[in-house]
Parts: sequence; structure tokens; C-alpha cells
Amino acid sequence: MTEMVTVKGLNKVYESTGRRVEAIGDITFAVARGEFACIVGPSGAGKTTLLKCLAGLLAPTAGEVRIDGTPVTGPPPGMAVVFQEYGRSLFPWKTVRQNIDLPLRQKKLPRDRREKLVTESLAAVGLADAGDSYSWQLSGGMQQRVAIARAIAYEPQVLLMDEPFAAVDAQTRADLEDLVRSLWRSLGITTLFVTHDIDEAVYLGERVLVLSASPTHVLDDVRIGLPADRDQVTSRSTPEFAALRARVHRGIQDAKAGRRGTGAAA
Amino acid sequence: MSLLRRTLLALGLPAALVALWWVTSAGSTSYYFPPLPEILDQFGRLWLSSRFTADVVPSMLRLLAGFTVSAVLGVALGVALGLTDALRRGAEPVLEFVRAVPPTVLVPVIAIVAGIGDGSKTLVIVSGCVWPVLLNTVEGVRAADEVMVDTCRVYGVHGTARLRHLVLPAAAPQIAAGLRQSLSIGLILMVIGEMFAATNGLGFSIVQFQRTFAIPQMWSGIILLGLIGFVLSALFTVVEKRALRWYLGLRESQRRNG
Amino acid sequence: MTALDTAPPGQAPPVTTPRPRGRRPRVAPFVGIAVAALIAEIVPRTGVIADGVLPPLSSVVAELVSEAGEATLWQALGRTLRTWAIGLTAAVVAGVAAGLLIGLVPVLRAVTASTVEFLRPIPSVALIPAVILIFGTDFESGVVLIVYAGFWQVLVQVLYGIQDVDPVTYDTARSYRFGLRARVLHVVWPTTLPFVFTGIRLAASVALVLAITGELVIGTPGIGQLISVAQSSGATTRMFALVLLTGLLGTLVNVGFRYAERAALGWHPSVRRSENAR
Repeated sequence: MTEMVTVKGLNKVYESTGRRVEAIGDITFAVARGEFACIVGPSGAGKTTLLKCLAGLLAPTAGEVRIDGTPVTGPPPGMAVVFQEYGRSLFPWKTVRQNIDLPLRQKKLPRDRREKLVTESLAAVGLADAGDSYSWQLSGGMQQRVAIARAIAYEPQVLLMDEPFAAVDAQTRADLEDLVRSLWRSLGITTLFVTHDIDEAVYLGERVLVLSASPTHVLDDVRIGLPADRDQVTSRSTPEFAALRARVHRGIQDAKAGRRGTGAAA
Repeated sequence: MSLLRRTLLALGLPAALVALWWVTSAGSTSYYFPPLPEILDQFGRLWLSSRFTADVVPSMLRLLAGFTVSAVLGVALGVALGLTDALRRGAEPVLEFVRAVPPTVLVPVIAIVAGIGDGSKTLVIVSGCVWPVLLNTVEGVRAADEVMVDTCRVYGVHGTARLRHLVLPAAAPQIAAGLRQSLSIGLILMVIGEMFAATNGLGFSIVQFQRTFAIPQMWSGIILLGLIGFVLSALFTVVEKRALRWYLGLRESQRRNG
Repeated sequence: MTALDTAPPGQAPPVTTPRPRGRRPRVAPFVGIAVAALIAEIVPRTGVIADGVLPPLSSVVAELVSEAGEATLWQALGRTLRTWAIGLTAAVVAGVAAGLLIGLVPVLRAVTASTVEFLRPIPSVALIPAVILIFGTDFESGVVLIVYAGFWQVLVQVLYGIQDVDPVTYDTARSYRFGLRARVLHVVWPTTLPFVFTGIRLAASVALVLAITGELVIGTPGIGQLISVAQSSGATTRMFALVLLTGLLGTLVNVGFRYAERAALGWHPSVRRSENAR
């Protein structure tokens, strides 16, 4: 398998008047083409900082990020991001269709191609009829579906998701998890999913990277050997699931207590 | 029923006030407060005939020109300052001062610089109107949501597309607030400019009436100015409601969801 | 689509970082003032505008300094400020009283809504000819203009403020059998206070504009009248000195009231929100 996302010796230090905060200590990992990797860490682990570095929104202090072999120096063209704050990521002055269409227009795609992509992506997230609504007319879960539709219509090589379901209710969250999982299976987009929820990470990913508290390192790199077909009830009640969850959970507890794990950090 | 109730509520007090004015001024022999029917008679005679084109139209054209120039200039400069931090911080104290100069004292200043023609009258209006638009645009541009800014960067929306799809719409509600302030300042400056030095226009006429002690005519002019102020503000509200439908809807939905 | 450039690996990529906070010394404002002052000094000297009648900044400042040594200026300033203070106080008292009354009595609110919307946009200067006839060049002319314009600013803010009172809090107070007096004192007034301050701040700057405008147009003694006299007697430098003075006065009023508002309401949770209130 070829590497799609490569992170090498990533370090990020925030400096403001006389204060120096090391958010990311030293992160190194790689994600293969078509892989679904989840990144979990305790709150304050610099997860968002890491994601912003990956997305090219923030310049790392040291180290580098490569997407498909090319170093990231700004938002890379083949990348889509789904933010946690769906209400602030969709443009309230545009309809759902216009929101999805805008990035495609920037890609200079022909009109009929754009229309096809918008329609297909809306159908894929189950919002075929909501295209002419404004985002604020939709519920929170539906707004996040629009953001996901915008991301997949963009036909990215890499999809980054920053705690996308942290602000929706539990039932909607389960539905959206299954949606993301099935989209990944049908489209095969390399996906990096940042979350603080261990169950979610284990349920969704083929692989879970466990981050330490800040300054952040990778504590553990867990292969999720669950079958590809997953189900909210049965998958979550298997012994394998419980074991994986326990392993990740222990890693997080260690991270909170400040103990260094013996994972992929070395 | 509810429509009737609403109409009654909206028109009740104004009607009562007009009636009160009518009754109390009916037998008025006071020189300064002539009976209302006399004023209304003059209103019809003056403003609904030749004076409409001779005075009202030129005044309105000056206001329109001044307001338009202010809007374009204010938004353009406001966007530039809002997007360039260093520029904005440098301009801040200067803007604070220029904005604090009462716009009316610039009337004589502008008379020196630009004479007393229509251009100068327009310049007077611009000199007062541009600041609310400018300052509100700066604030609106700076308040653009961080996540939306990141979204644009991620999806390659930059340059003029960013201006058109993110910066301007995000600042639009605030720009509208600025334009509304400008409109009322513009009307004031239009009147003052014409009172100071002009050969036609509403402000000029009203002052002429006052100086020649044509009292009912003067009052009719004041009423006309009031009506113009009201109509312009109502028109602005209509346009604003249409243009910012998304904003009103967004706020409504935010209020409902707490 | 060329966001990926060919920077050599290992080199710090030129991605923009978020705004640095307070790292740089605050020179920009001074640079801005210096540039503006330089323009105001040089452009008049070149004579490209208005055939060189514009005085350069240095002579305007010199004129203002020499004026400051004369009693006339201080008398005029005192008169302007007196008109301003009386008008502002009256506008605030009337605006707050009317606002509380209209805001708290739903019937009044419904009945007066259209009238407020009608009277508010009427430009105060429309009244100038009328006040000239009635008060002549007495300072009351200015006071009337100020009260008319300032009243709406305060009234509208108070109405916004009462609208902002949390209905749950209000109902809670009612369910605990708070009387009307207690409800106004403990629920309505604290919520409305920041809006009242905003109204006062807005009214203060409008009042100054109208005080000076009244003097300028009507001829009531004060700074505005001095400007009018300077203009008609062709004393251009003097006129610019006085305009500069009005700008300084205006800045002082704006900054002063903004500072007072923040100092008085720093504790209030809704200070930020009320600053955004239209």
C-alpha cells in the first residue's frame, strides 16, 4: 500500500507575548491510500492543532506533512475538511446546493458536471430534497450532512473530519457514523477522523491513533480488526470491540496521568 | 379581525395627533402656528406643483448621488481596512478624529474647497455619510466567522471569489446598519448644505420661507421633509428585508433554538 | 489550483499563521497620525486644491494655540458645552422615562409603535426654521434640536433593552409575587442599563453635532457661530482652527463616553451584546 498522508516529526509551538506553549511535541505517522484512520486523544491534546497542520491552515514549527508525496504548504487541492461547527462552516446566505457548488466552481468544473456532483452528493447523504433550503432551516444533524455532502462532492483524495459529531444528539450521531462509514466504503476516500470519543473511533476506523496529552505524541497505533460490515448494535457488543476499546481507553488514561505509553511514538 | 386591529393600532395615534393639531390650531390667530388646514393648503399648492421639479427633485438627486458615492467609497475602503490589519490600526486614530468632526462644520470648509455648485453639495453629503458605512464595513469584515474563513481556504475560495462569496455577504448585515445611519445623516446634510448656500432645493426653500415670514409655507416644507425622511427609511427597510432575508431567517432560527 | 508549491522539504512552509497578538510594538497608530498630519501639511502648500487658500496644518495649529490664549474662544466653548449638557440631560431623562413607560405597558407600545417609526426619521434640522422663529438666536433653539434628536436615540435603546428582558426571569419574579416596583428595579432595570448607556453615548455625540450645527446655522453664540463668522469674514486659517477644535471636542466626547460606559458596566454580562445593538 502506498502512503497518502505522511506526517514526520511534526512540532507546533504557539508563541505569544512572553508565553510559549508547545501544543504538539513530536508526531510521526503515515496513513495509507484509502485507509480510514481515527485520531483520539484526551481533551486539550492538540487534536485540532494537528488537524489544522494537516489541512495546511496552520504552519508547523518543525517537521512536515505530505499529501500523496507533496509537502503541504497551504491548503492542498485534493483535500476536503468537515469541521465540528457545522453552523459556522456553511454559508447562511447560500442555499444548500449553492454551498456545495461553491468549491466546485473554484475548481472550474463545467456546469453540468457540477450539477451532477451536487445532486449525487445530496442523494448520498439522504438530503435529495433539501437542496433549495438554507442551512439554518435544517436541523443540526442535517446541516452536518450538508457539510459532508460538500466534502464528497469535492472529490477529494483525503477527507479530514474534526470531531464532526461532537455537537449533535446521540441518535443523530449514530446515524451519521453509519453514513460516514458507508460513504467511505463506497468511495474509498482516505479518511482522517479526529474525535475524543473512544467508542466512535473504534467503531469507525480501520486504525486508531492514540494521542498523548500536550505536548502531543502518538502513544499507540491500534489496528482495528473488526469486519468491514459494522453495525451499531452487534459490532459494539463483540468481545473484540470491547478489547480494542479497553486498549485505547487505557492509553488515554495513561495519557491523562502523564505516563508515556509504549506505542508508535518511538 | 387581526388586520383591522393592526391597522387601528398603527393609524390610531397618528390620526389622533393630527386631529388634535387640527382642532387646537383651528381658530389659531398665532402668527407662528397657523391653522393646519392652511398649512395643508400650502402643501398642496407648493409641493405638488412646479416646486416639485424645481426644488424637491434637485434635492433628492443630490442626496441620491451623495449616498451612492458614500456607499461605494465606504464599502471599498472598509473592506480594504478590514482585511489589512496594519492599515486599519494605522487609520484608526485618524478615522476616530475625522468621524468626530461634526459633519455640518464641513459645509463652510467644502464651500471654500469646492465652491457652491451641485458637486460641492454632494461632497457635503459624502463627507458625513461615508463614515458610518466605512466603520461598519470594517467591523463587519473583521467579524467574519473564523470557521467560514478556514472553510474558504480549504476549498480554494480566494481572491475575488472570496470577496464575493464570503467577505461581502458576511459583512452585509453590518453594512446595512451603516447605510441606514448614513441615509439619515445624508438627509440632514442635504438640508444644511442647501440652507447655507444654494439657489434651489428643499433646505433653500424652507429658509427662504422663514426669512420672508411665509409661515404656513415654512411649516408645509417641514412636514414635507418629515415625510421624505419617513418614506426613505421605509423604503430602506423594504430593500433591507429583501436583501438580508437569509440573515433575518438565521437570527429567527437561532432565537428559536436558544 | 497551485496551492501546493515546490518548497523544498524541511523548510518552514509559508503558511500564514493567525494574527500575532500584541507582539509588535504599537507603532501603526502613530504612523497613521504622522502620515495624515504630513498630508494636511504638504497638500495645502502645493496649492493644487482651491488655489492655495487652504492653510497648512502647522499654521492651523498655531492659530488654534493663539486662539486658546483669548477669552472669546473659551466663552464660546463654554456656551456650546452648556447647550450640549442641558439638551443631553433633558433628552436622556425624557427618553428613559418615555422608554420605560412605553416598554412596560404593552398597550402603549402597540399604540405608539407606528408614531415612533414615523417621527424618528424626521431630520431634526427640519425644525431649524421653526425654532429660529420661536426662540430666535437664544440657546434654547439648540436645546430643542438636541432634545428632539437625542430623545429618539435614548428611547429606542431603552425599548430594545426592555425587549431583551428574559421572559423566564420576568415570570420567575412574578411567580415569587414581586410587585411591579420590585420587578422593574430588580429585573427590568439591570437588563436595560447597558442599553441606556448605549443610548446616552449615541445621544451625546448627536447632541454635540446639533449644538454646533445650531450655532452655525442659527447664529446662537458658541463655537459654531465663530466658524460661521470666520467663514464670512474670510479668515480661513481661523475657520480651520475652529473645525480642528470641534473634531477634538467630538473625539473627546466619543472616547470619554465609551470609556465611561465600559468603566460603569464592565461587570455586566451583556456589555458586548449591547455594543452591537443597533
